[in-house]
Amino acid sequence: MPSLLNKYFVEQCKTLLGKDNIITDPEALRVYECDALVALRSLPQLVALPETLEQVQALLRLCYRYKVPVVARGAGTGLAGGVLPAPDGIVIGLSRMQQILAIDPLNRTARVQPGVRNLAISEAAKAYGLYYAPDPSSQIACTIGGNIAENSGGVHCLKYGLTVHNVLEINMVTVEGELLTLGGSGLAAPGYGLLALAIGSEGLLGIVVEATVRLLPCPPCTQVLLVAFDSVEQAGNAVAAIVAGGLIPAGLELMDNAAIRVTEAFVHANYPVEAEAILLCEFDGLFEQVETDIVMAQSILTASGASEIRIARDTNERKLFWAGRKAAFPAVGRISADYYCMDGTIPRKHLAEVLRRISEFSRELDLQVVNVFHAGDGNLHPLILYDAGKPGDYDKAEKLGGQILELCVQVGGTITGEHGVGMEKLNYMCVQFSAAELGQFERLKTAFDANNLLNPGKVIPSLHRCAEFGRMHVHGGRMSHPDLERF
Amino acid sequence: MIIDQDLSLNLQSRVERAFQDRTPITISGGGSKAFFGLPAAADETLDVTGHRGIVYYEPSELVVTARAGTLLKTLDKVLEEQGQMLAFEPPCFNDQATVGGTVACGFSGPRRPFTGSVSDFVLGCSIINGKSEYLRFGGRVMKNVAGFDVARLMTGALGQLGVLLEVSLRVMPIPETEMTLCYRVSQVSRALEMMQHWQGQSWPISALVYDGTILHVRLSGAEAAIKKAAHQLGGDLDLDGRLFWAGLRDHRLDFFKTSENLWRINIPPATQMSKISGQYLLDWGGAQRWLSSPEPAARIHQIVREHNGHAVCFRGAEKNDWIRFDPGLLNLHKKVRYAFDPCSILNPHRFTTGL
Ligand SMILES: Cc1cc2nc3c(=O)[nH]c(=O)nc-3n(C[C@H](O)[C@H](O)[C@H](O)COP(=O)(O)OP(=O)(O)OC[C@H]3O[C@@H](n4cnc5c(N)ncnc54)[C@H](O)[C@@H]3O)c2cc1C
Repeated sequence: MPSLLNKYFVEQCKTLLGKDNIITDPEALRVYECDALVALRSLPQLVALPETLEQVQALLRLCYRYKVPVVARGAGTGLAGGVLPAPDGIVIGLSRMQQILAIDPLNRTARVQPGVRNLAISEAAKAYGLYYAPDPSSQIACTIGGNIAENSGGVHCLKYGLTVHNVLEINMVTVEGELLTLGGSGLAAPGYGLLALAIGSEGLLGIVVEATVRLLPCPPCTQVLLVAFDSVEQAGNAVAAIVAGGLIPAGLELMDNAAIRVTEAFVHANYPVEAEAILLCEFDGLFEQVETDIVMAQSILTASGASEIRIARDTNERKLFWAGRKAAFPAVGRISADYYCMDGTIPRKHLAEVLRRISEFSRELDLQVVNVFHAGDGNLHPLILYDAGKPGDYDKAEKLGGQILELCVQVGGTITGEHGVGMEKLNYMCVQFSAAELGQFERLKTAFDANNLLNPGKVIPSLHRCAEFGRMHVHGGRMSHPDLERF
Repeated sequence: MIIDQDLSLNLQSRVERAFQDRTPITISGGGSKAFFGLPAAADETLDVTGHRGIVYYEPSELVVTARAGTLLKTLDKVLEEQGQMLAFEPPCFNDQATVGGTVACGFSGPRRPFTGSVSDFVLGCSIINGKSEYLRFGGRVMKNVAGFDVARLMTGALGQLGVLLEVSLRVMPIPETEMTLCYRVSQVSRALEMMQHWQGQSWPISALVYDGTILHVRLSGAEAAIKKAAHQLGGDLDLDGRLFWAGLRDHRLDFFKTSENLWRINIPPATQMSKISGQYLLDWGGAQRWLSSPEPAARIHQIVREHNGHAVCFRGAEKNDWIRFDPGLLNLHKKVRYAFDPCSILNPHRFTTGL
């Protein structure tokens, strides 16, 4: 296939970065055609692997001059097709910028390059009794640059927040190659909330080349409960009751029966396979705090109808309780050829109802759904099992996913809690936002990138696309949620 | 509870008129923070205080949605009845402080380093932008990454990106117990050391301040945990701790009764910085420092900058050089502003000439 790129442009890329850091060979390019949402693929024309900030700046200036689209890429573990290459563009892979520049134990910060893996930060901070709190399940592989672009969460974000709550400052290269510093290490910066805007902007506003993140002291005591229920409904209500009771667990995860069974078969964590649902509920802090919280949680859980409450006896058992949860995705991968992971968030009080509706959708379309998710945040991750080899199956999975996302919006939630919109959820942006709101997103994008070169075609659907999809959000008679009680 | 009238349509038509006539407007809440920054260069005033009321509060969801004109003290009271609070501990300064003004100014109080900033607690908002469009961003759930985070972009924007109509905030349970401990410390360097040392360990600290003589520590959490921590940390018990923290939050302590310029400095918390003469009060475990000083603005900005921080003249006569942005950042602010308010009708020049 002839390259769509100007050959002088390609030559200059090679001059700037050196031949070894430029990939144009189609076989080698394959690695970069998709992220973890493998259903969406496209081969890039060229991949550049800069090693320094100056190279990133020079590359962007070059792309700007030649009007070549740029897609940034971290580890490619994204689940929304965010790194899908633009047909006439290049991919800038940040994987070679993976230095931890400084751990500052006094100020409790780490300054890192974008390609540093999430877990590597905590590993480096451990010597000082500190760690980086956001812990996406993909943390051994995903990069801090990707985490910032997606505003990633993890099992512990109910208490410790998402990426946006844990990043103090970033350096970002604009599409013109200019270096900007957003935020500040003094816990505040004057002016608009531009740091928060940049976090979760999915590579549309600039390329993150450095980040200063907050480190927290490792809690001296951690304890986890494994709680079984006879119905998913009870488990859902127990989640709401715990939070209503004034407890903020470090983690609060729910697995339904299907998830319990597949993970138990895989990791033998001694999960109660007869239970319709289990909750994993973790507390951390001073020993006395954890003790108090556990007593209170036990009484709330008992009142919510728990059929069994186990408290991990020691660190090993605690790890075992979590092992099942952590292995849930690969375990599902063992029983199903393919699965599609959804990511809506809903108000906790609708958990039970939404889970019931999801199982109805699942029956109607005859595709199994496994639920394992961040219940404390109301962040659902229904895994839709399908077989890509079976004609029509993927379409059904997509349809089911769409029904779930629309339901999330209906009950006052959102189409994505932590995985981002990327390419995948473009259509559902039309469901969640009005034409005027999408227009505002466009103008904001223009403020950073007037020629639409940075990750073009992602996150913001065109109005034309929404019209074709046949759904456009209209605010119910203008005010939000007219169905809800006014206080 | 009496439901206040929804004035969003009135506000929208006012903005629409201003947009059509290109007449700049000052957005005015309770005026408790009018001293901050420059006055908007506008002849007309849009009073948003009538647009008030709590429109949604679900304690078990830890979320409250309030109209922008709602008084902070009203909101605080409603939350307190349910055992909850705004965990960023926003300053009121006076009884007229509103929810909208709090978000627009982006002020957080003593609890900030331990629980989060106002921006951290903003979940969603509705606004009228400078083209008089009604828009909603974010929502009422804690995790939401659909589209750009416009709701958090609004914090600190001083109203320039839109008239805030409603704000959804995450709320937190009020801690079971709070206790204040005091230590007499004569040297700033020693106070900074103690503060960093404790923050590097897992104590249930919820505020940490050095006022020049005394280091104040607030502990929050379960009674058993607080007792244990207090026992291990030592220090003297301050039975009037609540008053101290409220006085600090609202700038009612004697320290703030200064005739000099009052500067707010945000800086990496461990920084030892003594070159600027004046009185210091170190809040946020050292990350936010209040400085009352007669020194010239240029010198303060420069020295703070050298230490990787930012300074703003919070109160006082220094208006021309009260805040500084790097040229690239200033330019970006202007472009973002243009995206929301292309005719610069909302609170123009509130930061500086041209912004
Ligand atoms: C098994 C599995 C479990 C997961 N668990 C979680 C979870 O618990 N929580 C969660 O939130 N997510 C989870 N994810 C999703 C994914 O890991 C996160 O979105 C992660 O942050 C992506 O990081 P990455 O380095 O792989 O980024 P990529 O996939 O390479 O890129 C993601 C997006 O970021 C942009 N980007 C990357 N680097 C930069 C940069 N330096 N500057 C600007 N933009 C950039 C890309 O353009 C793209 O839009 C999971 C994924 C898998 C496969």
